[in-house]
Amino acid sequence: MVYRIPEDNYYTKEHEWAQVDENIVTVGITEFAQNQLGEVVYVELPEEGQKVTQNQPFGVVESVKAVSDLYSPVSGTVIEVNNTLVDDPAPLNDDPMNDGWLIRIEMDTEKELAQLMRAGDYKKLIAEK
Amino acid sequence: MDTPNIQKTSLNENHKKRGAKMVSFAGWEMPIQYTQLKEEHHAVRTSVGLFDVSHMGEIRFKGSEALNSLQWLTTNDVAKLESGQAQYSLLPNDRGGLVDDIIVYCLEKNQDYLVCVNAANKDKDFAWMTKHNRGAQVTDESSQWGQIAIQGPKAHDLLKAVFNESFDAVKNFSVLHRKFTNHQGKPVDVIIATTGYTGERGAEVFVPWNETESLWDLLLEKGQPMGAQPIGLGARDTLRTEMKYSLYGHEINDELNPYAAGLGWAIKPDAKDFIGKAAILKGKEAGLKKKLVGLRMVDKGIPREMYTLHSKDGIQTGWITSGTHSPTLDAPIGIGYVDVKDAELGNEIFVDIRGRKVKAQVCKTPFIQK
Repeated sequence: MVYRIPEDNYYTKEHEWAQVDENIVTVGITEFAQNQLGEVVYVELPEEGQKVTQNQPFGVVESVKAVSDLYSPVSGTVIEVNNTLVDDPAPLNDDPMNDGWLIRIEMDTEKELAQLMRAGDYKKLIAEK
Repeated sequence: MDTPNIQKTSLNENHKKRGAKMVSFAGWEMPIQYTQLKEEHHAVRTSVGLFDVSHMGEIRFKGSEALNSLQWLTTNDVAKLESGQAQYSLLPNDRGGLVDDIIVYCLEKNQDYLVCVNAANKDKDFAWMTKHNRGAQVTDESSQWGQIAIQGPKAHDLLKAVFNESFDAVKNFSVLHRKFTNHQGKPVDVIIATTGYTGERGAEVFVPWNETESLWDLLLEKGQPMGAQPIGLGARDTLRTEMKYSLYGHEINDELNPYAAGLGWAIKPDAKDFIGKAAILKGKEAGLKKKLVGLRMVDKGIPREMYTLHSKDGIQTGWITSGTHSPTLDAPIGIGYVDVKDAELGNEIFVDIRGRKVKAQVCKTPFIQK
């Protein structure tokens, strides 16, 4: 299985990706995570305006067999939520890197990005799995 | 996976070769899925799937006291079984709960029975059976038997292709002695039982441990035109949950009264005496407090095992024993215990999902019509 791991993104150990545009961070799960979960059938996301904290759960995805927490790559305020996934998680299964994005966060501080992985390290991480 | 002392079925390498994802289950390294859970689930509901269930335990009862011993050890009426018939039954403890749930296969009436038990309970069951045995020759044959379940609407086509005869006239819960030709071209004796754990027609085949792979490969080869494929434990669980079949450790255990689990049909107190009969009946006569029901979600969310259940007034009424997203219905389903007063069909129940009370409703079961 070959997974797309865009070089520009940041990654978490819990298999979220973070795309940074100035102080706005778009968050999703990686193709590897989606493949490991199997088909996602249920998504629970925070409300706009909610605060999230780096490495803390902000939502949940469920496949047929398991419940998995979603971990925030940075601390900040949720400014946009991909609520279409709540009604139909199909985009998360078909294209977790684009249409399947989960939330957008206005991050508190860029300093936290130093604690995330870049593509090279993330590739190594999943190669060990 | 390097867990020490983990047991492996004779198909372990075969599963890995086919790309199965392996997990530790009840002390065994077992395939949880080969492709994707939902896809495997649908294969069983629409064509035919093969399950390696060699981890299940087999305990043999032989001799002139075989029937008497089983009558004492189990809740169903074993005397009703003729040679070539099987029955679902329970292994009660003396406190009103269950040691296990089992299937009793009658190989020869009065004196030869094979009992299939849950893998996780095998050693406990064997110790219990030996302790309360009433003169039968009781042998743990688990290491001698592999077991393959063949389940699905095309299961009979596959059986016909392998055993060269039609099984269409064979009733459910029958036991047949047959042969198949192994890799080396030698005939091998097997026991075919028309039982299963999916709600589909089909069979469970007891095959000598070292011949399991021969039969497995043959089934997959002959089953190819029918779309036969191996199925992991993940789909096995969603298939049985859709049928509301009990799984030991979830719907039933050492403490829970089997009448509350809806298993009264497998308990025959008028026909015979058995271990724990007084305790089980006492629990029933005192008025069962809980009842096992099926739940469908009204609002969004998936009920999962151990989530608490609440009545409209917010009071805790029970808990989820098994819950999943049903691949057949493409909707969440749950099995759980609730107070008897809340168990009525259509009654609103609230599932505590991560602190939110999400509305559900008691529904008819099985969840799917078979």
